[in-house]
Amino acid sequence: MSDEYTPKIVAFCCKYCAYTAADLAGSMRLDYPTNIKIVQVLCTGRIDVLHILKAFEKGADAVYVAGCEPGDCHFLEGNYRAVKRMAYAKELLKEVGIEPERLEFFHIGASEGPAFAEAAKKMTDRALELGPSPLRK
Amino acid sequence: MIVGDRKPIEEIKEMLTPYKKILLVGCGTCISVCMTGGEKEVGILASELRIISDLEKKGWEITEDTIQRQCEREYIEPLKEKFDQADVVMSMACGVGVQYMAEVFPHKIVLPAVNTTFYGTNVAEGEWQERCAGCGDCVLDKTLGICPVARCSKGLFNGPCGGTDKGKCEVNKDLDCAWYLIYNRLKEHGKLDMLDEVMSIRSWKSSLHGGPRKRVREEAQK
Ligand code: SF4
Ligand code: SF4
Repeated sequence: MSDEYTPKIVAFCCKYCAYTAADLAGSMRLDYPTNIKIVQVLCTGRIDVLHILKAFEKGADAVYVAGCEPGDCHFLEGNYRAVKRMAYAKELLKEVGIEPERLEFFHIGASEGPAFAEAAKKMTDRALELGPSPLRK
Repeated sequence: MIVGDRKPIEEIKEMLTPYKKILLVGCGTCISVCMTGGEKEVGILASELRIISDLEKKGWEITEDTIQRQCEREYIEPLKEKFDQADVVMSMACGVGVQYMAEVFPHKIVLPAVNTTFYGTNVAEGEWQERCAGCGDCVLDKTLGICPVARCSKGLFNGPCGGTDKGKCEVNKDLDCAWYLIYNRLKEHGKLDMLDEVMSIRSWKSSLHGGPRKRVREEAQK
């Protein structure tokens, strides 16, 4: 199946850390899957469960939210809030019949280009393992 | 405000199974502030229902709307066209909203998506607590602001009972004993002597025991 299946992955990245890390991963010419669609947000605290549900509704195979390291949020606690909301979003996914593992949160500091590439690989591998989202079958 | 919880998804699914075109209506007042049935929660439930419909081939078409208040006719009436187009309406308001929408548009069935639970307040981010049970004969003057009907697990008027335990209630150790709170409150205000007065047996006619309540204000009528 994985021959023709390229997972669609949406990554919500905060401007101050994870997005900067994504930029850095690019400048460092690190190899990471190209099927990741990055959405830059000012802070992961802005991400609502509705954004997550919509991404799945529109056909994402996996979604992840990447924000600053604990204690490093530019807006003090946006990343903590995001972690809690993702736990809630996982519950909602479970109740509608989508594997909650398709959603993840990563803490990625601004200088961590390699961690960004690793998260992208990890989510791609996971989406390959789980197969296409049940909504795309 | 009126506080409620969204019903379990299984219950909602079962209610909606016979229908295709569903109008999901939120309420922008209490139930919105308690984060159960406002515009955002309507969006979340609608998204969940669309996903379920896709996965389980339910064929649901979901239309979303949120009005300022479902307990007032003037906010409900503009929904007429959307009501007409739907097979069924699901309300995310409290039980008042569900009933009043069905009264304004009697030709449609209105289903509840929410379990209405209590009159309460938002004590901290993400936490709501019950404060009043709408008993119709307020005694907050005798307790200096702590309701024995809604906040004492046994609704005692001359508490505490023997189960009070270091400020907590025997019914649930997570609950403050209302009568412990009342005692401290009276003490704080130097009015402990108020406890010497036995509160008499009251009539509960003003509460639901006298049948559904109604208030008419002639000065406000046409
Ligand atoms: S005594 Fe009755 S009206 Fe007063 S707060 Fe308690 S339940 Fe509400
Ligand atoms: S312990 Fe306090 S709150 Fe609980 S039932 Fe007794 S008097 Fe009421």
